Amino acid sequence: MKALTESQVDLRVQVGDMVLANPVVTASGTFASGQEINRFFDVDRLGAVVVKSITLEPRAGLPTPRMAETASGMLNSVGLQNPGVDRWLQVDHPWLVHQGVPIIASIAGKTVHEFRLLAERLRGLEGIVALEANISGMDTDDDGIGFAAHEGTAHEVIATITRVALIPVFAKLSSDVTDITRIAMAAADAGAAGVSVINTPLGMAIDVESRRPKLAAGTGGLSGPAIKPVAIRAVHQVHAALPDLPIIGMGGARTVEDVVEFMLAGASAVAVGTATFANPMVTLELVEQLPVWLAERGIKHVRSLTGGVKI
Amino acid sequence: MSSFITRTGTTRTAAGGAQAFQGRSSGPLRAQCEVLQYRKIGLYHSLTFVSPEIADRAQPGQFVTIGVEGKHTVLRRPFSIYQVSRHGPWAGTVEIIFRATGEGTQWLTTRSKHDLVDLVGPLGTPFPIPKQNVASLLVGAGYGTAPLLYLASVLQQRGFRADMIIGAKSADRIFNAIEAKRLSATTVFTTEDGSLGEEGTVTEVMARMLEGGRTGLVYASGSMEMMRDVSQLATSHGVPVRVATQEAMACGTGVCQTCVLPVERNGQLYNLRGCIEGPVFNGAKVRWDAIGALPVMDVPVDPDAEEAFDDQ
Repeated sequence: MKALTESQVDLRVQVGDMVLANPVVTASGTFASGQEINRFFDVDRLGAVVVKSITLEPRAGLPTPRMAETASGMLNSVGLQNPGVDRWLQVDHPWLVHQGVPIIASIAGKTVHEFRLLAERLRGLEGIVALEANISGMDTDDDGIGFAAHEGTAHEVIATITRVALIPVFAKLSSDVTDITRIAMAAADAGAAGVSVINTPLGMAIDVESRRPKLAAGTGGLSGPAIKPVAIRAVHQVHAALPDLPIIGMGGARTVEDVVEFMLAGASAVAVGTATFANPMVTLELVEQLPVWLAERGIKHVRSLTGGVKI
Repeated sequence: MSSFITRTGTTRTAAGGAQAFQGRSSGPLRAQCEVLQYRKIGLYHSLTFVSPEIADRAQPGQFVTIGVEGKHTVLRRPFSIYQVSRHGPWAGTVEIIFRATGEGTQWLTTRSKHDLVDLVGPLGTPFPIPKQNVASLLVGAGYGTAPLLYLASVLQQRGFRADMIIGAKSADRIFNAIEAKRLSATTVFTTEDGSLGEEGTVTEVMARMLEGGRTGLVYASGSMEMMRDVSQLATSHGVPVRVATQEAMACGTGVCQTCVLPVERNGQLYNLRGCIEGPVFNGAKVRWDAIGALPVMDVPVDPDAEEAFDDQ
């Protein structure tokens, strides 16, 4: 392949009906609503900002310690602390609209009805290009992963959201299931425009001296490079089973090669999460480094990578 | 290396590729900073970095995060800023004090002159500086004293009176006693074993000094237990108190929500982030008893609105 110049590389990706300027987006819960990281660079350089999950009511979250570093990863048990949809609409949404960056609004509800109300509250708002239904993140629930644990519950909640939403709905799935493709099929069948794969797998760490869990909540979501092979596997499985279903891939991505790997596995866009904790600039660096990597290899369209793994 | 941070390291030197900082013309930035000096100070370690921008922007109480290398580490490590130099032969430098407690800080002790290290900062809220001269009492424990010495130097520059109480388990854990004496009007040392200064804790001396009635403001930095006791003592004497808190944090930039503390603002309780709404909080408004308990959060009206400094 003939090498190209960076400017010849087309970074645009199509994710369902959405066209994003590049495939690098933020993973919900690792970027707040963008204002903190905008202190370092203009967040409109990113493909989209996927905001921290919004709930109907303010949530105080879980007790501290909420964080424990583990080998090549970290556990967190924040418990969806957020000030609720009213304040998000009052403060964060206008700010994001002003930045001009596409907004993917992550919503989380305790019940199907809460998801419905959230989808209604966010309907028809400027700048919001998609909803990401966090159906696997109510980590205070008994089963750990909520609606995404079963096909039936996943179908019910996604069908309810897609009935009221006017924009694409992405279902955020957990890998903590026997067969993620069945949950993805249920979501697609319920009208999801795509899926976000994966949410943090549930993990646990114990302090061997005190014999207590390192997180106050006991268990928490594992993120970082430790989970990347699990995420790549899940993206690949969903893409193989449902080649037409757009996927936002995530789980431990931090380098250009990781972004490419997720796309080869079947992702149309890639969310970067825990890497932002280690380097607040990382998402911008990926946007800048990706065309260099592609140009060196003569790859003109980044979107041509999607599903390109040779099996 | 399997570390998240790939650009720090043993092989690159300043001559090999120092780059301009990443960030804006104000606020926190990221830079690969050259190590100017590593030294051991008793039980503690000191690293001085070249970063004219961080030195220029930093204020006492703020911190930097450092990308450390380790076999399996992924997160940055936060460090209070001990001192910055804006003028003179050390102009444009930032110094931190730390203990080697884990893989990341052990790695830091192996940094030497000209190594490049990945810094982000300055982060967090600074200690508020009074507008007119009130006598401040600075209460530090262990190497938590370091940011208070930075604060004391700023108070001294303003010509404000600062008294210090520095405590530790034993004499070898008292950080930089000479500097403390130089920067304060009076300095009292306390050790639990009596190996230096008075035998006992900082709060015993503090109670005595507050009785004296001269103290208009208290600053504290040390363990959370010590800052709780100092806050309660100051509050019981009607003296405003500001503390530099510490809670396990992943990002240091305000996005991960892991380092929260229950703090009252405008009559309501919030889980405020120790890295962006803190680390410096009004010690009277921190709900010390609720730390680590299931938090209660009222509907936020405007948690960002910091109260006026002389609100009590």
